Amino acid sequence: MSNAHAAPAAGTYNQDNPQPHHHGHHFESNEHEFSAAKQGMWLFMVTEVLMIGALFVGYLLFRLRFPEAFHEAHKELNVKLGALNTVVLIISSATMVLGVSAVQRGNNRRAVKLLIATVLCGAIFCTVKYFEYSHKFHEGIFPGGNYRFEGLTTPHVPLFFSFYFLMTGVHAFHVIVGMSLITWLIIKIKKGQISKDYFTPVELVGFYWHFVDLVWIYLFPLLYLLG
Amino acid sequence: MSYSTPSEIHGDNYLNHEKGLWSWMTTVDHKRIGLMYLATVLFFFLVGGIFALIIRLNLMRAGHPIVDANTYNKLMTYHGAIMVFLVIIPAIPAAIGNFVLPMMLGAKDVAFPRLNLASYYIYVAGAILAVTSLVVGGADTGWTFYTPYSIRTSGAVIWVLAGAFVAGFSSILTGLNFIVSIQKLRAPGMTWNRLPLFLWSLYATSVIQVLATPVLAITLALLIFEHVFKVGIFDPALGGDPVLFQHFFWFYSHPAVYIMILPSMGVISEIIPVFSRKPIFGYRAIALASFGIALVAFLVWGHHLFVSGQSELANFIFSLLTMFVAIPTGVKVFSWVGTMYKGQITFKAPMLYAMGFIELFTIGGLTGVFLATLAIDVHLTDTYFVIAHFHYVMVGGTIMGFVGGMHYWFPKVTGKMYNEKIATWAFWLLIIGFNLTFGPQFIAGSEGMPRRYWSQLPEFDFWNRLSTYGSWFLAVGFVTIAYNMIKSAKSGPKAGDNPWRALTMEWQSPSPPPHDNFGEVGPTCTAWPYEYKGANV
Amino acid sequence: SDVAVMWDHLYWFLFWLSVFFFVLVVGGMLYFAIVYRKQEGKKPKYIVDHHALEAFWTIVPTILLLGIFAWGWDVYKHQVSAPSDAAEVRVIGKQWQWTFQYDDGVTSNHLVVPVGKPVKLLMTSQDVLHSFFIPNFRVKQDVVPGMYTSVWFEPKVTGEHQVFCAEYCGTTHSGMLARIIVLDAEKYELWKNGKLKIKEDTKVASKDQVQLALSTDKVDGNQSSDTLAGKQSSATTLAAAHIPLPQQGAKLVEAKGCVACHSLDGSTKIGPSYKGIFGKQVELMDGSKVVVDENYIRESIQKPQSKVVKGFNPVMPPYTKEMIGEEDMNAIVAYIKSLN
Ligand code: HEA
Ligand code: HEA
Ligand code: HEC
Ligand code: CUA
Ligand SMILES: [Cu+2]
Repeated sequence: MSNAHAAPAAGTYNQDNPQPHHHGHHFESNEHEFSAAKQGMWLFMVTEVLMIGALFVGYLLFRLRFPEAFHEAHKELNVKLGALNTVVLIISSATMVLGVSAVQRGNNRRAVKLLIATVLCGAIFCTVKYFEYSHKFHEGIFPGGNYRFEGLTTPHVPLFFSFYFLMTGVHAFHVIVGMSLITWLIIKIKKGQISKDYFTPVELVGFYWHFVDLVWIYLFPLLYLLG
Repeated sequence: MSYSTPSEIHGDNYLNHEKGLWSWMTTVDHKRIGLMYLATVLFFFLVGGIFALIIRLNLMRAGHPIVDANTYNKLMTYHGAIMVFLVIIPAIPAAIGNFVLPMMLGAKDVAFPRLNLASYYIYVAGAILAVTSLVVGGADTGWTFYTPYSIRTSGAVIWVLAGAFVAGFSSILTGLNFIVSIQKLRAPGMTWNRLPLFLWSLYATSVIQVLATPVLAITLALLIFEHVFKVGIFDPALGGDPVLFQHFFWFYSHPAVYIMILPSMGVISEIIPVFSRKPIFGYRAIALASFGIALVAFLVWGHHLFVSGQSELANFIFSLLTMFVAIPTGVKVFSWVGTMYKGQITFKAPMLYAMGFIELFTIGGLTGVFLATLAIDVHLTDTYFVIAHFHYVMVGGTIMGFVGGMHYWFPKVTGKMYNEKIATWAFWLLIIGFNLTFGPQFIAGSEGMPRRYWSQLPEFDFWNRLSTYGSWFLAVGFVTIAYNMIKSAKSGPKAGDNPWRALTMEWQSPSPPPHDNFGEVGPTCTAWPYEYKGANV
Repeated sequence: SDVAVMWDHLYWFLFWLSVFFFVLVVGGMLYFAIVYRKQEGKKPKYIVDHHALEAFWTIVPTILLLGIFAWGWDVYKHQVSAPSDAAEVRVIGKQWQWTFQYDDGVTSNHLVVPVGKPVKLLMTSQDVLHSFFIPNFRVKQDVVPGMYTSVWFEPKVTGEHQVFCAEYCGTTHSGMLARIIVLDAEKYELWKNGKLKIKEDTKVASKDQVQLALSTDKVDGNQSSDTLAGKQSSATTLAAAHIPLPQQGAKLVEAKGCVACHSLDGSTKIGPSYKGIFGKQVELMDGSKVVVDENYIRESIQKPQSKVVKGFNPVMPPYTKEMIGEEDMNAIVAYIKSLN
């Protein structure tokens, strides 16, 4: 980039005039650095899969053991809200893809708008979850030993809700982390630390966000739909 | 950590590149991070060791306890948990590996230096949580945290669980960092066929760390939720399944034992050729064996549950699969011995430790096969036979390799040479002390002496007494080593850049190495690191 | 016992095999260390590998290990398969003692058995995990709350054997001991009839130590055992009157109201009759089949909804541990069993 040599004073960089990137001293080039970062992110995704995978395995085992209880319990979930959230997350995935490609093409302004849209989708998701949770708590549907919902007293129903809260809770935690990361990206872009020559963080957070969406795509049918 | 700096040797090096405590705490230099890990690990090794000495004193004579039962159970729990989560898992990868791995690759640092520093602080945070649990009353579950006891006992266990949970992420991130470093940062010319075996073994270890640790993390988190929210998944009183907890726990903790041993095997694979002046025998087989072990490691966890009430079919499968672990391990052991054949062997401390490793690990491994044999394990499980088995592999194996590695790379790290005579003495103290401590436990265990017992029956007194005497030798041995290292780091003679005339890349840089390891331009790899031929002999 | 003998054979085989490999490896290492120590003017030989040798030391251990596995499995089958004529005794583990319940209503803290007869223990726990370990018979089995597990053994000579709790269970885990006393048939009868008393000296290292441990036990969270200990379950009271276990069970199904829905004569009321169901296969609502055994009955009582018998409505209320304790449960199971 032209301004790599005539370095302007700090603070003059912004989203229209991003700063050049210097790769770490132990890498040969920006591409080298990027490929390493990408590999690292993939490995991190693998650990995430295993972590959530353990919960899925647990859920399936107990489902096999207490099919009636799980069947009864899942009727308490609100399929409409679940479906709404599914749609919201799919939209957010789309805005994320578009945002990343905007950055890659150097269109930082467009990227910021799309990323803001993505965060907003995340926020809608969380709000809906908040209402679902508080409705459950209001009825006395707590996980495991704290369950005190009168309407459904089949034994082992509380276990279903343990898994429900654990799995959606872990997922919601990831959504919130994702939203924070995207907010951080927006700030970075505004400060001019991201350019079409250096967009590693954007692409990696993008991976992460898609992963989080994908988990929901499995959670939704497993918890809300499968009887 | 403060070693007095031999700046007169080479001028700028990583120790004096920047000065002051703050420069250490904020460093992203893998060598400094390695040393910080080392210091912390050794501190906890001392703590865990002192707990062990109290345990031994308590068991010395039946009917003469020196602590009460609750205290004993806590000591036993913290001894195990500290040694496993805070000592032996980070010992070789995070401490020695951090220092050596980039240099062996001919790289200037690991792939993600800041992540590396973060891993260290995450580890420290885990350690602080674990120590906090001691303050709030102490956990008494054993390091395996079996439910439902761990749900019923006092809440202090939450802090240990949180500590192990957090420390687990440090381990994951280190593994991730190492895989990417090996994949992406090999020096020009370093083909896969030229990768030193220590790095092969760290690679295999990292794969296990990345794949297995997340399952531990979620399991420990679930156990915390059992306490806080009564989720009931592992609690039979709420319809949960205590045996499921054991499956989850060992799905991590069995592979974890290979996280502990593989790096140590890697150290041995470096030391033996150097001191035999011969190429390693069966390079490919050893590298492959590491991955063979890593693979099988994921399929055998059920051998810890032979009497748990799991199905006979499961017992059948897990016993059979466990047998296969012994095969690649055997290949390694035989290859090390084969490397010595027709060599020109010198017996410097690292070589002594390597030989000590072979002796003790073989015993530990062979007794592992006893335990893998279904019928035999039914009697031996939860007796001191198991205790002896895993101390032989973990202390006799991993710790021997760790201490051997500390001697081997000591000149590189400090630029000084340790005192060979003292090191030799310490070695013999350890070998004698070790066999005296844990040898008798095999016998007592076979006779049925159960583990985690605060008071033993008098009929086991003889063996218990021998074991306690042995532990004193061990303590003196370790203190001797510590003395030697500290003294030599301060005022040992200059070592030179490559005192062992080794061929791996880390020895091609000055000792202690400069901040960026090899200077501005990194090295090029031109040959197999075991090419002991002609002038190299 | 026979199993112990088989076990010892395998153990010593492994021992000598290990000695062989140890000598091979460590002996070889020491031999090389001496012969090939550094000597002036000598050069090491450049050897990289030797494929035949490597194949050899891969294949031979593989064969050996498969053999070891097969032998281990064989002995294991003997260890876990009780002969069908084994006398059954029920065992309850709780922090920190063992209780043995005989079919004829006797309960005891020692296991007294006749010589030369196989004995099968049906075990469960009232609180946390325990493990029933008899070193002399080379058997051990975890005792798990919420399910039955079992061990069996056949004592060949009269005498005493130590029992340990081998799964960590809290403060006095090391005090959770018991004795197995093997008597000849004659003495055994005497004991059964209450005419022979067993001396109360468990081999606990020393009694006052245990006391010490108990008195310092404050932080331990064993509420469950506390509350359960506080409530004498009715089987315990009946046991005091030496009523045989099945009869205790008969009294209990009446007292707890089971007979409102379950007949004893084979006729169907709201629920299936108890008569002759033990050991039979029943079809469940979802079409699968299960054999009625101890664990199934227990589950049917505690969690009736999890396996509903075909043709019935899932109306049976669950009976929790507080309503039917382990002693009662054992009695009821023994009773249903006796209706065959
Ligand atoms: C460094 C750690 C480490 C290592 C490397 C090993 C290695 C092995 N372990 Fe060990 N193990 C532990 C740490 C380790 N273990 C711990 C911590 C526990 C207990 C945890 C707890 O409960 O607290 C445990 C418990 C444990 C059990 C459960 C016991 C019980 O609780 O009932 C079993 C059972 O199968 C077992 C088996 C094995 C086997 C087969 C190997 C094999 O990998 C060994 C292979 C090596 C050899 C066999 C020797 C060399 C080979 C030859 C010379 C070739 C020829 C050999 C033959 C033909 C036999 N281990
Ligand atoms: C790495 C793992 C590790 C290590 C190193 C050790 C080391 C030792 N262990 Fe431990 N042990 C475990 C892991 C380990 N142990 C585990 C996992 C358990 C199971 C716990 C459970 O059941 O839950 C256990 C249980 C256990 C028991 C059984 C307790 C019971 O069941 O009731 C006993 C009993 O003898 C024992 C003894 C010892 C002894 C004497 C040492 C000695 O080797 C210690 C000697 C060390 C020192 C005295 C410290 C000296 C250090 C320095 C001076 C610092 C400087 C050092 C250098 C520079 C090198 N251990
Ligand atoms: C309200 C009626 C009712 C009461 C009271 C009741 N049961 Fe049942 N029980 C049923 C019904 C209906 C079934 C069959 C459906 C099922 O399996 O749940 C059943 C099934 C069973 C089974 C499984 C039988 C089989 O053939 O597989 C057992 C065992 C059992 N009950 C024991 C008990 C005991 C012990 C009690 C009292 C402590 C009890 N029941 C009290 C209605 C009752
Ligand atoms: Cu009961 Cu240990
Ligand atoms: Cu294992």
